[in-house]
Amino acid sequence: MPNSTPAGENNGGELKLDDGSRVAVIGGAPAGSFFSYFLLQTAQRIGLDLQVDIYEPRDFSLAAPQGCNMCGGIVSESLVQSLMVEGIEMPPNVVQRGIDSYVLHMAEGSVRIDTPLHEKRIAAVHRGNGPRGAKEHEWRSFDGYLLELAAGKGARVARERVDGVAWRDGKPQIKTRGGLSQPYDLLAVGTGVNSGALKIFEELGLGYQAPQTAKTYIRELYLGREMIEKHLGSSMHVFLLNMPRLEFAALIPKGDYVTLVLLGEIDAALVETFLAAPAVSRCLPADWRAVKEFCHCSPKINIQSAVQPFADRIVFIGDSGATRLYKDGIGAAYRTSKAAALTAVFDGVSSEAFRRRYWPVCRNISTDNALGKLIFLVTRHIQRWPHDRRAVLRMVSKEQQGNGQRRMSMVLWDIFTGSAPYKDILLRTLRPAFLARVMWFVATDFWIKMNGGSHGNGRVGQDIP
Amino acid sequence: METGGLGKIYRDGEVIVRQGEAGDCMFVIQAGEVEVFREDGKQREVRLAVLREKDFFGEMALFDREVRSATVRALAEARVLTVDRKSFLRRVHEDPSLAFRVVEQMSHRIRELDAELTRLKTGN
Ligand SMILES: Cc1cc2nc3c(=O)[nH]c(=O)nc-3n(C[C@H](O)[C@H](O)[C@H](O)COP(=O)(O)OP(=O)(O)OC[C@H]3O[C@@H](n4cnc5c(N)ncnc54)[C@H](O)[C@@H]3O)c2cc1C
Repeated sequence: MPNSTPAGENNGGELKLDDGSRVAVIGGAPAGSFFSYFLLQTAQRIGLDLQVDIYEPRDFSLAAPQGCNMCGGIVSESLVQSLMVEGIEMPPNVVQRGIDSYVLHMAEGSVRIDTPLHEKRIAAVHRGNGPRGAKEHEWRSFDGYLLELAAGKGARVARERVDGVAWRDGKPQIKTRGGLSQPYDLLAVGTGVNSGALKIFEELGLGYQAPQTAKTYIRELYLGREMIEKHLGSSMHVFLLNMPRLEFAALIPKGDYVTLVLLGEIDAALVETFLAAPAVSRCLPADWRAVKEFCHCSPKINIQSAVQPFADRIVFIGDSGATRLYKDGIGAAYRTSKAAALTAVFDGVSSEAFRRRYWPVCRNISTDNALGKLIFLVTRHIQRWPHDRRAVLRMVSKEQQGNGQRRMSMVLWDIFTGSAPYKDILLRTLRPAFLARVMWFVATDFWIKMNGGSHGNGRVGQDIP
Repeated sequence: METGGLGKIYRDGEVIVRQGEAGDCMFVIQAGEVEVFREDGKQREVRLAVLREKDFFGEMALFDREVRSATVRALAEARVLTVDRKSFLRRVHEDPSLAFRVVEQMSHRIRELDAELTRLKTGN
């Protein structure tokens, strides 16, 4: 019965994976590669022989958009640590820069927040093989590296775009330019939110609805290694500036390039206003000028998880399913993909198995995002109010200079790095001791201003860099 | 100039963890080697192991709240990354299989200890 409905009554026999079962993975970026890697690793541990085909049209050895899944390229502290425990190395030719601190910039000044032990705990990578016209051939693509790890476990990589999905006797088949594949026992969809692919699945009648998204902006700035070392160092630079339509901005130093990431309603004029702001130009060499031809893009970011990211024999992983709000998307791809892979091996590939074992991980992420929205509302408020901004700067600056509790520093660290769940961060900010300290610093700021005092040169925080 | 190394660099002979101190993290060697040794009551050092790239140490601190059982110091230059107890346990709560490799390494060490004990008892 070719082209029967997905799932339905005829679900193609038992909904579990056996020796010789065939699995198709659409998308060979973090979600697809992690899924394939952990599926094969777990299957091998229990002596189950699976065939895994990854469909990925991108060639990650190419520079510029053809080889790049547009992103800031920060591999979070928590993901770096998990990968180490998994035995997945982060080689120095994939990591372009180890990050050991964040510098928070506001109009009033800047503060640096260091990692405990001054350790490089965060990795800055390029997802593809660098920006258009890249001169940095000593580094490799992060996505390419993960795909190789999956291939090393035995996955077959097909450089093909998937144009459709058909069902035969309750089993999915993949449509590519080359034709229709043999039926698969499981289909994992890791296409992210930046191709039209998810439409195919919304139309299948599975109940799946693609995630809601917002547009962002990324631009690569060429500075050269020495200038990056001198001006940005091994810190990620985060900007909370009171500019209309700008929600968040960051400069992420890599090898020879710095990646600029902007969230908000971004247009060309706003990008130029941002780059000309004193807080930003202080981070760049005085003679730095934008070149005419630069690599930039406006990718979508997932802001609301998908509805029903699974059905019989199909599961949506990474951005196509659920991801963390604004932070640690690659870390979320690792979490959801591994959960889906373990479910498929140990519990089966039925909708019910995914609902029981996989859905709780997606739901945790989505619930936590709701609290994340609240936290970002507060950061936006701080962004708008000078008293709050100065209070935060002074509080962090004091904490970084002393040996006492680093409450505000750790809250900001976790917000910007995405290292802790939003719930954890929110609970910490609601502690009376924390609230009392914030109020004290805000009140002091009012008092200084009311008495006509100033903060020295009008700037607070530390002199950075 | 390498910019992509993760972790912290320890110079030759620098102590990374000290026997008897409290600990709340484990370490993964990124590059170089470290030596693990115990000090007996008479300030003598007994070398227990030399560990290399990808090896863990200090993993007992993730599971119990006892003090460090041995001292670890860098042999030549070593680059080492920490894994925090809290973030490790948070992940293990969601995905218990993350502990697999730690348990694997611990079971490997128990095998080595068994062999060593047999050697000591039989005098071979
Ligand atoms: C501006 C911005 C900055 C970000 N910064 C960070 C950051 O610093 N750190 C972080 O952790 N996260 C960041 N993220 C989030 C991160 O990019 C995503 O969460 C992550 O890429 C999700 O991985 P994925 O594998 O699910 O999807 P993607 O990375 O989007 O990959 C999808 C893959 O599917 C393939 N594909 C698509 N359609 C088809 C098809 N029809 N057939 C076959 N293959 C197909 C694509 O070629 C691609 O390789 C950022 C996002 C944005 C927008």
